[in-house]
Amino acid sequence: MSESMIEITDLTKVYGTGHIAVHALRGINLAVEEGEFLAIMGPSGSGKSTLMNILGCLDRPTGGTYVLDGEDVSKLSKDKLAGVRNRKIGFVFQSYNLLPRLTAARNVLLPLLYDGRQNLSDAACHEHAVAALETVGLGERVHHRPNELSGGQQQRVAIARALINNPSIILADEPTGNLDTQSSEEILALLHQLHDQGTTIVMVTHEPGIAEHAERVIFLRDGQIVSDKLNGKRRKGGKI
Amino acid sequence: MSLWRTFKVAWEGLTLNKVRSFLTTLGVIIGVGAVIVMMAVSAGAEAEIADQINALGANLVMVMPAFSRGGFGPGAGRPPELSYDDINAIAQNVTGINGVSAEQSTNQDVKGGNTTLESVSVVGTTTGFIKVREYALGEGRFLTDIDNDQANKVVVLGYDVAQELFGEQSAIGQSIKIASTKFTVVGVMAEKGVVGNTDYDSRVYIPLTVVFKKFTRARFGGDSIRTLYVSAESREMMDDVMSQVTNVLIRQHDVDPASPDFTLMTQDSIIDAQASTTEAFRNLLGWVAGISLVVGGIGIMNIMLVSVTERTREIGLRQALGARPRDVRLQFLLEAVMLSLIGGLVGVLAGVGGSYLFNELGTMRTELVPTSIPLSFGAAAAVGIFFGYYPATQAAQLDPIEALRRE
Repeated sequence: MSESMIEITDLTKVYGTGHIAVHALRGINLAVEEGEFLAIMGPSGSGKSTLMNILGCLDRPTGGTYVLDGEDVSKLSKDKLAGVRNRKIGFVFQSYNLLPRLTAARNVLLPLLYDGRQNLSDAACHEHAVAALETVGLGERVHHRPNELSGGQQQRVAIARALINNPSIILADEPTGNLDTQSSEEILALLHQLHDQGTTIVMVTHEPGIAEHAERVIFLRDGQIVSDKLNGKRRKGGKI
Repeated sequence: MSLWRTFKVAWEGLTLNKVRSFLTTLGVIIGVGAVIVMMAVSAGAEAEIADQINALGANLVMVMPAFSRGGFGPGAGRPPELSYDDINAIAQNVTGINGVSAEQSTNQDVKGGNTTLESVSVVGTTTGFIKVREYALGEGRFLTDIDNDQANKVVVLGYDVAQELFGEQSAIGQSIKIASTKFTVVGVMAEKGVVGNTDYDSRVYIPLTVVFKKFTRARFGGDSIRTLYVSAESREMMDDVMSQVTNVLIRQHDVDPASPDFTLMTQDSIIDAQASTTEAFRNLLGWVAGISLVVGGIGIMNIMLVSVTERTREIGLRQALGARPRDVRLQFLLEAVMLSLIGGLVGVLAGVGGSYLFNELGTMRTELVPTSIPLSFGAAAAVGIFFGYYPATQAAQLDPIEALRRE
């Protein structure tokens, strides 16, 4: 267990205090191995968004610990959390969240701008961005703006952006929620491809059909994990 | 993120909405431009006044009648005045002076040969005039004491007047008519041009006593001298000259030394008096311009707050991708500062250009005050930082989860 990419122990999250306190998470225990493809499901109000936010280091837990890639991030300051998000987490949002006036390449290299470790030159940043776009099959769309791309292509740009800092995990929040069936298939195929290359992926979805693509599905209800199943068919030599 | 990177990101933010960025800077442009133009205008006004006073001649002591204090009734006597005799008394008794003179002007038609010049400035004066005004004679002679004592009808022409009336021909000895009186030309002045507001070359000079007799009649109070000019030999002599003049006039007028019926002024004292007036004027203009800068700053703050609201999702995204609160704050602060600096820069250009245009196109003399440029530019930068800080802090304090959820 000590080599897990994500290790969550007795995680709780409480909003508000006293009578109006809302217990969003009530003691979550979860371990995600490196290279796993995990889907988190649950009805609205089940706490999956809260869990996602904590996994993404956008929020801090009220209690319990969260160890990401060997680093306990449950008590870090806002600045430190920003650094963790930058280096270890690649976000993929339902609504892509691309900056509309920037080209695909400029959008993709955004995380590099906030990376204090490596002071890459503008040219190097651009090269990285182009490489990332090639990975997602958009090498021809480097200078296009989001409004010149289809929804599926925009989401692929967002995935390229998530990949550019070589993160420990990709966090995908309803990545196909805004896409038609065909584009959804493309995005899922891309996620599978990344998974096959060894990327750890955590995906939140409420569609069972989408969750099927993951090798493991956990189901949340009322702030607790009520089921934790392997899909089996997509397993790739993991333990558990 | 490095400062330079943040700078570029902020620049990107501004160029995304160029029209709005420009409109936002307009307030600062006007503010900075106004500071520079207004300081240039008041400096120009000050210089204009100084020039006019200095154009009278160097090291001048001016003697003017004091305001009457008696009012009417017994003992009030005649209102104080200076006379032609005072000029002679000073010329004869005061040492260390170049000359003493007085002037009384009137506008009359001047006719010579076949040419009539309308409404020429006819200056009645005394022999000391050319010394006091440092004015050179071209040919012939200037007015003498005898001309004044005997009220001779002689005239000395300004250079342009002589040219217009007689051309290449010598004017000396010719007769001209001023209004209906015949005068003999005894001299022509050298070219001097325009000094202050006075075009010396288009005037004619006749004895003071003739002006009093012919043009400004005694019964209208026209024979009193408004200002007597005494030219000291040097700056160092001025105090001595002033006390001598005072003594001579007290004797001449037979008045109590404690309350003389005349006052003495120097160019410096007039310039000082004017300077305090224009300084108050300049301070007022400075405040007005300063207020417009503040208003411009509030405009920037307003737009930055709108921008932060509009770009909430962008801020959330940047935070998710690893921007720390301080990165966000710096980005928006730099946007505000750049707006105000660009506004400042354009404002400096507009102010300098505006001052130049005012000067060239006529109506107003302006003199660029060099310190006004860094002053107003610095004020613009300060305005940007001051009014940009609050919106930037608002942006930095956004919760990324909330911000990402915002539509």
